Amino acid sequence: MKRIFIREEFCINCRLCEVYCIVQNSKTRNILKAYKGEYPKPQPRVRVEEKGHLSFALQCRHCEDAPCLEACLTGAMGRDPSTDAVLCDEERCVGCWMCIMVCPFGVIRRNREGRRVISKCNLCQGEIIPVCVKNCPNEAIVYEEER
Amino acid sequence: MNYLIIGAGPAGSAAAEAIREVDSEGTITMISEEPLALYAKPLITDLLAQKIQRTQIIWKGENFCSAHRIHLQTGKRAIRLDIPRREVVVNRGERIGYDRLLIATGGRPIALSIPGVELPGVFSFTRLSDADALAQFVRSRKAKSAVVIGGGMIGLKATEALLEQGLEVSIVEMADRLLAATFDRPASSIVEEALQKKGCQVFLQNTATQILSGRSGQVEGVMLRDRKKLPCHLVIVAIGVTPNIDLAREATISCHRGIRVDSTMQTSQDGIYAAGDCCEMQDFFGAGPRVIAIWPNAVRQGKVAGHNMAGQKDRYEGSLAMNAVEIGGVATVSVGMTDPEGEGYEIRKIWNPQKSIYKKLVLKEEVIVGAIFVEDMDRAGIYTGLIRNRIPVSDFKEHLLKEDFGLIYLPQAFRKHLVTGEGMEV
Amino acid sequence: MAKVKAIAEFVILRDKEKCISCQVCARVCSNDGHWRDPDTGEVLSESSRCVGCHFCETLCPTSALIIARTPSQPKANAHWSPRSLTDVTKQAETGGVLLTGMGNDRSFPIYFDHLLLNASQVTNPSIDPLREPMELRTYLGSRPDRWIRHPPQGPSALASVNPPPIPLETPIMFSAMSYGSISLNACKALAMAACEAGTLWNTGEGGLHQDLYPFGKNLIVQVASGRFGVHQEYLNAGAAIEIKIGQGAKPGIGGHLPGEKVTEPISKTRMIPEGTDALSPAPHHDIYSIEDLRQLIFALKEATRYRKPVGVKIAAVHNVAPISSGIVRAGADFLVIDGLRGGTGAAPTVIRDHVGIPIELAVAVVDQRLREEGIRHRASLIAAGGFRSSADVIKAIALGADAVYIGTAALVAMGCHICQRCYTGKCNWGIATQDPYLTKRLNPHIGARRLVNLLRAWSLEIKEMLGGMGINAIESLRGNREQLRAVGLSEVDLRILGVKPAGEAW
Repeated sequence: MKRIFIREEFCINCRLCEVYCIVQNSKTRNILKAYKGEYPKPQPRVRVEEKGHLSFALQCRHCEDAPCLEACLTGAMGRDPSTDAVLCDEERCVGCWMCIMVCPFGVIRRNREGRRVISKCNLCQGEIIPVCVKNCPNEAIVYEEER
Repeated sequence: MNYLIIGAGPAGSAAAEAIREVDSEGTITMISEEPLALYAKPLITDLLAQKIQRTQIIWKGENFCSAHRIHLQTGKRAIRLDIPRREVVVNRGERIGYDRLLIATGGRPIALSIPGVELPGVFSFTRLSDADALAQFVRSRKAKSAVVIGGGMIGLKATEALLEQGLEVSIVEMADRLLAATFDRPASSIVEEALQKKGCQVFLQNTATQILSGRSGQVEGVMLRDRKKLPCHLVIVAIGVTPNIDLAREATISCHRGIRVDSTMQTSQDGIYAAGDCCEMQDFFGAGPRVIAIWPNAVRQGKVAGHNMAGQKDRYEGSLAMNAVEIGGVATVSVGMTDPEGEGYEIRKIWNPQKSIYKKLVLKEEVIVGAIFVEDMDRAGIYTGLIRNRIPVSDFKEHLLKEDFGLIYLPQAFRKHLVTGEGMEV
Repeated sequence: MAKVKAIAEFVILRDKEKCISCQVCARVCSNDGHWRDPDTGEVLSESSRCVGCHFCETLCPTSALIIARTPSQPKANAHWSPRSLTDVTKQAETGGVLLTGMGNDRSFPIYFDHLLLNASQVTNPSIDPLREPMELRTYLGSRPDRWIRHPPQGPSALASVNPPPIPLETPIMFSAMSYGSISLNACKALAMAACEAGTLWNTGEGGLHQDLYPFGKNLIVQVASGRFGVHQEYLNAGAAIEIKIGQGAKPGIGGHLPGEKVTEPISKTRMIPEGTDALSPAPHHDIYSIEDLRQLIFALKEATRYRKPVGVKIAAVHNVAPISSGIVRAGADFLVIDGLRGGTGAAPTVIRDHVGIPIELAVAVVDQRLREEGIRHRASLIAAGGFRSSADVIKAIALGADAVYIGTAALVAMGCHICQRCYTGKCNWGIATQDPYLTKRLNPHIGARRLVNLLRAWSLEIKEMLGGMGINAIESLRGNREQLRAVGLSEVDLRILGVKPAGEAW
């Protein structure tokens, strides 16, 4: 199963990963329209943490033993059989926030785009390679098979 | 191998799934006394408030049973355990046999014994049938006001649901604050304020002594201990939940407040397991044995029980009390020991009443043992992780409550381990 | 008198229609050229701080930024260029020596651009490198005077050379760039690429960082006048040793690493105090004559048990030919000549721009002189200083070099835009800096990948050009002036280069 791995020694804190995640999760998927036209502006699902000169991008780890799967009250959180990614079915999510409470990486957030659901990385379903990985200028995040 | 699970809630379903993971051959039978099974009880408030559809409360999806080859029998109540014959007697005298049994009967509301409690218009609020009955009652009686006895999780969620329906609601709570079991005074005050803004009245350090009825025999109001009268059309009793242990106790399985289990979820009787809100055991901090009735814990207990029942060794590390709830538009998360008494606890907090932001951490011996987050809770899970993994926080104590606190403050070695421990590399 | 300010060189042009205020530019500019206005949310720029490195432009996700040369121009003046004006203004303000980085950027004649290669037509057919084997391999080191020895007793035998020459899979090596002038990540990229491509890299005068010892098999360790980081383990860590007498960017003066770039790891590797300027003296203080040089060469050979070739690097200056002859006779196994266009991390601008001679002329006269003296075989000749393409490389070889060093080209491959501010230590590309915030920007794996690509591309092009000339081995081109013709050069230039004018047949 391919996963996103972080090489924190190469992250330059440019946050282009966040920019492209916003575009990917926008309605138009066009960078100018997403930033200037859409309101509210879509949230990125990946966030860069920074402390001094250390930084890295963090998104859902799609854990093998995912605590969010156990905490979900509606079964909205499920595992995609083909990619093994942990995905939230936003139609079923009721915004109970239990998954936010148990995620040890803090990568699930409340959706700020107007719906009472959670917002989390879905490994860019439908893309060959997640857009954050594709657009990282320094290969600080890579998409590889699990070792 | 014949597996029988009494109860189709989160513990029961998780156990069924876990058994099938290990044993692809055995027969799994699940019985539930309710007509609709596999739904999420915590969501009945949202259903009442019409925030969600009925279909959204089914937890595991339509083809859960067929996918895992589980025989689900609804409307069957377990009356008695016949341990020597390894059979469970259900209503109408039917007997179902088992090789391994899981009791996942959950809990039931604690009864309030005051005059007037049997009147129509007095409800408990734990099951789907309660929500349906309540909704029906509000419609038919054209109820305009309600009194909720009990300011705990269920009481407040019921309050919210009723406020949503346009009723006037008053809450009566015995302790000096709402959500006394999970929150401290400052956190509660934020929630209280939010509810009051929505028109709810809160009566603290008070109890109901009588439910009053009018000539028609309908609920007319509630009398409080200080002789204040609260007029209302309906009453919700939400003073707590107690484990359903009758089945086990009558079969002489060791019980206290809940059914006693060890870390493999086995009861005092070999081959019989218990999981979920009905059982009790040492909690995560080694205290107890206690009953901690929380959804994710029930799921994990069910999984552990299921694994052990099917022969794969598994251990439950003890429950952490935890809750995530949004009341009055204020999102909150609480984990662990949020308001401990005694010596040796270090408290760190940030309180911004204007923004309704409250963050509190309880530390003991350099490890976080409890946390409350009000409004600013998007990364609360990180602290849950720190509690669970017992990570010493002395090196970054000052940064814990900062806005930008994240994994980056944790030592690099732990960061890497945290992820590989879960089977993934950061 | 009004405060006189030098005109800023660059202007930052931001297309407001395309700018999405994502702040990527604001986050990455080490010169604070961009920032976000907290009141309006707009991202604004200050052109006077821009050094023209183009990092922000490269990263901008909507291509909203253009870094251009400032339209603000003084009155046209063929004698007083805008730069001359700026230099005088700056010196009036600071009273200091103007520093700069990289190589000479003035318009002195580039002889490579006047030289052209031959191609086979009709007779002596050309060779297709995709169909026939093409040998780019060459060897670095000394060759014996005689290949067959006839001892007084016993049979004749082939002579062997001690130390054995080092094979290079391609005649292009990475020039000396010290750890200190460039980041550790940049060094790692060069080291990794050299190992993968089968060529050599060079420590420069910065010593050898612990993490780079594994790449020693492909390494030339340099012993410069400051003797930074020179100890027993260091000498034995590489495949060869290079005594640095001078470099093309600053002939006659020593190396200079400004104190800002001397961080803790640099201090440890170079064995000097943190934060102090690392100034190498101009001469080696134990070399004041050619005999002293010979003594040092053999001292190093003794220290490494004659197992490694020991060479000498000099800058191309007026008397480069007799100096080279002396050096070869002193026992050097290879000789490096660094021409006028050679790069540096820091040098006084006047020295970089006005001292030294072009490498094309230097290589030609040194090769010619050594041949005339019958000692050409005793040392490999390596040319360095501003090679921009495979054409420059092949011309240098045709003029007499065995192999070339590339420095600037390697850095450009890793992202450098030759803004010439290396001495500030604020390189946004993560190359000429020690700031941990900036050094991350150069991912050594990506850097190595790009360097290997560059070497591969140039090697293929060299093969094509060789094939075109009907030659199938690079060593057949060495000093083969007959394959070159010159256009637009004077008689004197032609004589010095030893090249015929275009149009003249053999």
